[in-house]
Amino acid sequence: MNSKEAILAKIQAAQVPHFRANRPQRKELPASLDAFCERVADYRAKLHSVTEDQLLPTIQSLVNGRRCLVPLGLGFTIQGAQEDKPFSHRELAEFDVTVTLCAVGIEETGTIILDGSEGQGRRALSLIPDHHICIVRESQVVASIEEAIQRITPTRPLTFISGPSATSDIELVRVEGVHGPRRLDVLLVSHT
Amino acid sequence: MSGGGIRPATTFTKAARLALQNSTLRQNLGFATRTICAKRESAVAEIPNWQELRTLGAGIKDEALSNLNELLVQLEQKITEAGGTVHWARTAEEAVEIVASIAKRHEVQEVIKVKSITSDEIELNQGLTHDNIIAIETDLAELICQLADDSPSHILVPAIHKNRDEIRELFERKLGSTFDSSEPKLLAEAARIYLREKFLTSKMAVSGANYAVAETGTVCIVESEGNGRMCLTLPEVLVSIMGIEKVLPLWEDVSAFLRLLPRSSTAERMNPYTSMWTGVTPGDGPQEFHLILLDNGRSDILADATGRQTLRCIRCSACLNVCPVYQRVGGHAYGSVYPGPIGAILTPQLLQMADVNANTLPFASTLCGACYEACPVKINIPEILIYLREKTEKSTAESFGFQTVYRVMSNPRLFGLVLKNTRLGASVASTFGLLKPWTNSRELPDIPKESFREWWRNREQ
Ligand code: SF4
Repeated sequence: MNSKEAILAKIQAAQVPHFRANRPQRKELPASLDAFCERVADYRAKLHSVTEDQLLPTIQSLVNGRRCLVPLGLGFTIQGAQEDKPFSHRELAEFDVTVTLCAVGIEETGTIILDGSEGQGRRALSLIPDHHICIVRESQVVASIEEAIQRITPTRPLTFISGPSATSDIELVRVEGVHGPRRLDVLLVSHT
Repeated sequence: MSGGGIRPATTFTKAARLALQNSTLRQNLGFATRTICAKRESAVAEIPNWQELRTLGAGIKDEALSNLNELLVQLEQKITEAGGTVHWARTAEEAVEIVASIAKRHEVQEVIKVKSITSDEIELNQGLTHDNIIAIETDLAELICQLADDSPSHILVPAIHKNRDEIRELFERKLGSTFDSSEPKLLAEAARIYLREKFLTSKMAVSGANYAVAETGTVCIVESEGNGRMCLTLPEVLVSIMGIEKVLPLWEDVSAFLRLLPRSSTAERMNPYTSMWTGVTPGDGPQEFHLILLDNGRSDILADATGRQTLRCIRCSACLNVCPVYQRVGGHAYGSVYPGPIGAILTPQLLQMADVNANTLPFASTLCGACYEACPVKINIPEILIYLREKTEKSTAESFGFQTVYRVMSNPRLFGLVLKNTRLGASVASTFGLLKPWTNSRELPDIPKESFREWWRNREQ
């Protein structure tokens, strides 16, 4: 008997009676953008509410002439920014800032989710440079974790981001930024 | 040595007595647990239907445990279809062997690690040294413990027993860093610089897993610092080790646990980073992925109808922080990588109730019930503690006592009657030394003239 068969046989022998969880019906609720903004800011990420016209100038001023990395399919051009070729990890470490889109924003927790599709890039892109600028469209914000889980495709590489990287490992003092980007700017773009 | 396994070197009473003499530890712990408890309460209060959510979390886990065979096979199939490989390990040794053989195949001498209690349970770091493979911990607290040759003392904040000056001195000595002060910010920066190079050059990473979804083959890791993302994204080869009880049936089940875990654990709405992946994604992240499914005593726990609910545990550490015993003695006294109330029931059961030292752990409790109330998956820890005490049959008097208590406490009328007579009984019992095993490490309190229930009934008259 190999290990797999042995483990399965032991589980079988445990004879656990059948049980079915009582999963509640999902409710779709309208998302509150104000609450989303507040919660993003609670993590000490910086939130900017912008119109479509203000988007590019805001990004330019945040990038402020530093070495900027963008994924393929961002949909617009940032002056001086370089598209992922793809670069080696070592080369990615030379960039100061990355600009990406996202898949979903969650009001309940102030979380943004990246799933690696167009304009978001592979995971290393939003991880290695020290500053991440993430663009969220109002229509992407959902009310709850359930709705977000329903909206995203599980088989894509997923990253849920709730504020900049943090640790409280030393005397429970919160320190922003250990390994992930130490600075996170979220740009919420309104429809008008 | 960081990563200490689950076999306590001594009895809980002896280890606790030693721990109580360490006043730095007690101060740090008292402060930490009080801070986390207060924060957790407000994080939980934000969820209006928290109790229903706990029931749902417990229900999903019970469903998974009742259908474990099918779910594990389904998980293996989904991961294989997505380009990953699934391994099965009956024991700790088998799991370590699998990790070592993957490392050897890639001619890797150093692997980077994300904090994982499961890997500590199987003493992976030590095991790998037999094959001359070094495991580097990348979680800040775990790194501190590893550099200090020390073991973690808390699931969530493993280095809570070290203060900033001790950590500064350690980094100066081991990493060659220099500091202007012991500001935590500067200490974290030193770790960032040291580990950045490791992340950029390591070929293989090892992690645990918070859960995996059978329906889709998706594996999840919840973390704060970003070292998890680094390990899960940058190396070419990723090996994740997961207990068989961590499988979830459906993709939608993820949402219940993403709501229960961060609020119970770090008392946040959401932890900074959660990563999920399914097998291998071309052009993004490791191009070779292995999941090791670990039994190591879990299927024995599954076979025990009362002990079974222990396997619902999501390792949030809420029960540690609320526990009056843990708050004072800290993690090391439990002699296992699983400390606190969960450790008191999990460790002896993982060792099949055959380890004499581990069998003293169920006595490390006042049965106050705070752990049960805090547990996001409603594990009735006090019930299991009493049940395990009875099982160890430490002494006939105590065994008899707990069997009786177990029956009496499930019957309110009988319980009231017994309380009345306890006032008489306790004095008789202590006179004859019947409560000796109990009073060895505890003061027998004065039994009040009125029970709480009696006082409640009488208070308005
Ligand atoms: S027993 Fe419950 S409270 Fe304790 S760590 Fe496990 S899930 Fe958390």
